[in-house]
Amino acid sequence: MSNKINPALNYEKTMRSAGYVPRKQATQKTYDAIGFMSGLEVHQQLLTKQKLFCRCPAGIFQKPEEYHAELIRHMRPTLSELGEYDGTALMEFKTRKNIVYHINSRTACTYEVDDTPPFPLNREALDIAIRIALLSKLNIVGEVHITRKQYLDGSIPTGFQRTAIIGVEGEIPLKNKKVRLIQLSLEEDSCREVSDIGHQRVYRTDRLGMPLIETVTYPDMKNPDEVMEACNYIRFLNRSTGLVRTGIGAGREDVNVSCRGGTRVEIKGVSRTKLIPELTHNECFRQWALLKIRDRLKDQVKQQKEWKIKPEPLKSIAGKLESQRFKELSNNGHKVMAVNLPGFGGVFSHFTQPGKCFANEIADRLKVIACLERPNMTCSEDLDPMLADNDWDQVRSLLNASPDDAQIIFWGPEDDIKTALETIEERCIMAFSGVPNETRKSLADGTTIFERVLPGADRMYPDTDSKPIPLEDSHIKKLGQDLPSDVIERYHQLKTWGVPEDSYHYLFTHNLYPVIEKIIAGLDQDPKKIGKLFGHFLKYIAGHYKRSPDFSYERIYDLYKYVVANKLDAEIVKIMLPVVYQYPKMDFDSVLVNLDFKRFSKDEIVSNIPFLKDKYKSIKTSKLPEAEKHWAMGQLRKMAVGNIPLKELMGII
Amino acid sequence: MTDDIFQGYKGAGLEVLKKYNVRVWGQAEVLTSRGDFKGTVLPRSENDDDQHIVLKIATGYNIGIDIATITAMTETGYKKANYKIPEKEFPITPGLPKVKLLGTGGTIASRLDYRTGAVIPAFTPGELYGAVPELADICNLTTEKLFAVFSENMGPEQYTTLAVAIGKEIENGIDGIVIGHGTDTLHYTAAALTFMVQNPPVPIVLVGSQRSSDRPSSDAALNLMHATTAAGHGDIAEVMVCMFGPTSDEYGLLHRGTRVRKMHSSYRSTFRTIGDTPLAMITRQGLQHIKQDYNPRRKDRQVIIKPYFEEKVGMIYYYTNMQPDMIDSMVDNGYKGIIIIGTGLGHVNKPLYPAIERAVKKGVAIYMTVQTLWGYVHMFVYDTGRDLMAQGVVPAENMLPEAAYIKLGWALGQTSDLEKVKEIMMTPINDEITPREPYNGYLIYQGGVPEVEEFIKKFHK
Repeated sequence: MSNKINPALNYEKTMRSAGYVPRKQATQKTYDAIGFMSGLEVHQQLLTKQKLFCRCPAGIFQKPEEYHAELIRHMRPTLSELGEYDGTALMEFKTRKNIVYHINSRTACTYEVDDTPPFPLNREALDIAIRIALLSKLNIVGEVHITRKQYLDGSIPTGFQRTAIIGVEGEIPLKNKKVRLIQLSLEEDSCREVSDIGHQRVYRTDRLGMPLIETVTYPDMKNPDEVMEACNYIRFLNRSTGLVRTGIGAGREDVNVSCRGGTRVEIKGVSRTKLIPELTHNECFRQWALLKIRDRLKDQVKQQKEWKIKPEPLKSIAGKLESQRFKELSNNGHKVMAVNLPGFGGVFSHFTQPGKCFANEIADRLKVIACLERPNMTCSEDLDPMLADNDWDQVRSLLNASPDDAQIIFWGPEDDIKTALETIEERCIMAFSGVPNETRKSLADGTTIFERVLPGADRMYPDTDSKPIPLEDSHIKKLGQDLPSDVIERYHQLKTWGVPEDSYHYLFTHNLYPVIEKIIAGLDQDPKKIGKLFGHFLKYIAGHYKRSPDFSYERIYDLYKYVVANKLDAEIVKIMLPVVYQYPKMDFDSVLVNLDFKRFSKDEIVSNIPFLKDKYKSIKTSKLPEAEKHWAMGQLRKMAVGNIPLKELMGII
Repeated sequence: MTDDIFQGYKGAGLEVLKKYNVRVWGQAEVLTSRGDFKGTVLPRSENDDDQHIVLKIATGYNIGIDIATITAMTETGYKKANYKIPEKEFPITPGLPKVKLLGTGGTIASRLDYRTGAVIPAFTPGELYGAVPELADICNLTTEKLFAVFSENMGPEQYTTLAVAIGKEIENGIDGIVIGHGTDTLHYTAAALTFMVQNPPVPIVLVGSQRSSDRPSSDAALNLMHATTAAGHGDIAEVMVCMFGPTSDEYGLLHRGTRVRKMHSSYRSTFRTIGDTPLAMITRQGLQHIKQDYNPRRKDRQVIIKPYFEEKVGMIYYYTNMQPDMIDSMVDNGYKGIIIIGTGLGHVNKPLYPAIERAVKKGVAIYMTVQTLWGYVHMFVYDTGRDLMAQGVVPAENMLPEAAYIKLGWALGQTSDLEKVKEIMMTPINDEITPREPYNGYLIYQGGVPEVEEFIKKFHK
């Protein structure tokens, strides 16, 4: 009897049978058991003055309400080169979305809204992309071909993204393995979504058309931590050039995950690298759980080819229902439908992700494909039941349901019911074969929701508006001349210098290695100290003081140069840096005056020691033998910093 | 046919393919000094250089390989893809109007063969139905491909062929005609058909598209829906141009064939009515009239076809310091009619006077139009204008230069009697000359900056 299924217990039970463990408890063995496999697509905006295919300025952003005009488009699926429609294309067409673009004249011209053909490709962007491709050990193409990659979600007004391959077949080194790269492409960035409600999706066009590179890896990563490590490596490599944008949204990742027997599922637009391990872990187990559901359905639904849903409007029994909810829904103009799903008992409350079950797979698709705003459904196995048991009995008798069946009640505008029913049936049929091809959106809690059907390779077309661009050997050679050193070499060098490893993330994220190297090599400083100053102290400053827009890391080099030239002790940098960070234009002499710094010779400082020692005898703060030394040091510290090394002073005391 | 296996390759690139025995559509492994590449060899566009070979790699992208870097190349397989648009039979629905789509070429009724770069027609009712199934809800469509030329190659031969074909369709009882056309010279054809197909009982709608139908945001599908709606259900029995009103996918505008002009090189809403307001707005639901005076649809078949055109007619755009030899050379080359597009109210410089005088004496019909496009020729205002008129230049009122050119060709195609030509020229057939200009036509596009800005902000562009 399906009404005997306790959703909460079933959820717990199926979570265990899927072998789910929290990530903290998972080991390589856990991942090997379910065949974890993952690859990455790392996107990075390039630091150019203008956009990729037009002369609009790059890197200027608007608030949602700051726009001057709006226009509306619809996206129609077009035939691929093979004469077939792409899966995503048809899904997007089903949704019948009005796509509205908000345009600000500062950041968008007629190119962005597809009323002007592309201007010649931005060479500054091309050269940056080639440099990064060289650093990624990719084989550089002989001729760059601009390709159109179809996107029907409206995120690009043309309906396609102009993109071009710069190099193929490269690799990046991780600490313990090498990860192969499939390709690096140069492409135009898409719009930013403002809202997506019902049949209307609104986009901003400020980011649209900004130059972006995408580095794609093979699915070589075998556990969630490797995925993050590879992601960080690619990001650090991009940043090591100093030619890429930083800040929110400047780097984003799509993560592809599958389990053994599963399907490549793409988690889109992960903007925080830290989320990657949790997301990939959960996605791999979601797929594993879907395979369990598939196996279960093999027993529960014998005639899978003939399987059909059975819908009925709820209206006829509405009067008999205890729950008031349905009255409210129909009063709001919604049509309420009950659907019987033969043989699906125990499936809807089946675990898929932490806190989510199979019912979510349906609800998410109803929102995206049929445009039914959430909450849009409830089911006979809802973890949080919306309907009393008696009501479900009424629904079951309306639908002539068998005890092994499951039931959905959903609601929405009349016009969307047909698509909704198709969507429910389609997703249930997919459950017979396991994991659907799709892209998913990441959530902050590490779970994902359905975003779109995964597009195939069929959506690539040559851009007939652009000519191929030949890349001469001489040009590539020139660009390869002053490349930064490899991130992995830098990693090893920092280790050799004894710089603590916990600071590397900060150093690579902010591309601080070049300035560190410059100070060490040019000003003869202690590598470990310099590394720590940047990796720990600077990070502290950044977290506690407001950075002046004029401040650049190069200013720290100037600071050290000043210290060396004025024969000051390097310790003074720590006192001066907070001021320099906030007021980088102030000359260093003034900084010192501001800090009330005075010059003292070593003898002058040392001459105070006997007096202090005498004084200590009268105040004696501790019995420990070192206490006297520390107290005296404390008294002399301000006088000494910058004038003599503190260690030396300590020795003298 | 042996060359076909190296489609598009020439010179050094062709030699390399031959040397390594690799065909177009062959799956190839290429070793180069820049590393190894794998993919399917694609045809090369005829206009591209002979120094590169194009590969489609596994991820679906195309790349070019510099032949100078190739050290070895092997064909490991072969798979030719055939590009075909699936045809679905166009359903006939009783009660829907019969619409004929006449094809002339251009973006609207074609799609690109991506691999060769060639334009292939997507034009049979079956193909159109496959791409725009909504058409079956609007009308019962039949099609005929008259020619496949780019818009710029349309000319008198095509105008007359079209006019005759339209006459036949009307005689056979069609409810409306749609003409698929490239957009660049759409307004020339619209003017020509207005003069050649007079008193039509059904709508004749010219339609194009600014973005090819292989693009998801193409305007082709919506334009076709609008055009078939106007042709099948609309009550304006005139020659019209139907294109986007705003650039948004919102509504189309129906422009009178003699008052319309392409005004932007790439915008979707590139066609504008000049010197007047458009005839109507059009959506899939039907027409919304803007102008109240129009020729209504009729049941009879009383159409008059006048397929005449004199090819020795030219147009000359006046620029400062133009030399008389510009006009002399036209006269010496046997031109029978010249449209001058003059400055301001209809002026040219003094040095041209003798040349104009000579032309008129030789029996060349000369008409004056204006570069401003908006407004009338007024040659009485300044001496310059009066002098020119004295020499025999005829002011063409507010006829658009292109419409005037077409009309002069059409008039001279019927008679060489310049008095009769003048009578034909100055008697409007369908508003190529209007007695008055509405105050709001020009203002819709210009002036009142804050108000227009407010308008642009509030309404979809």
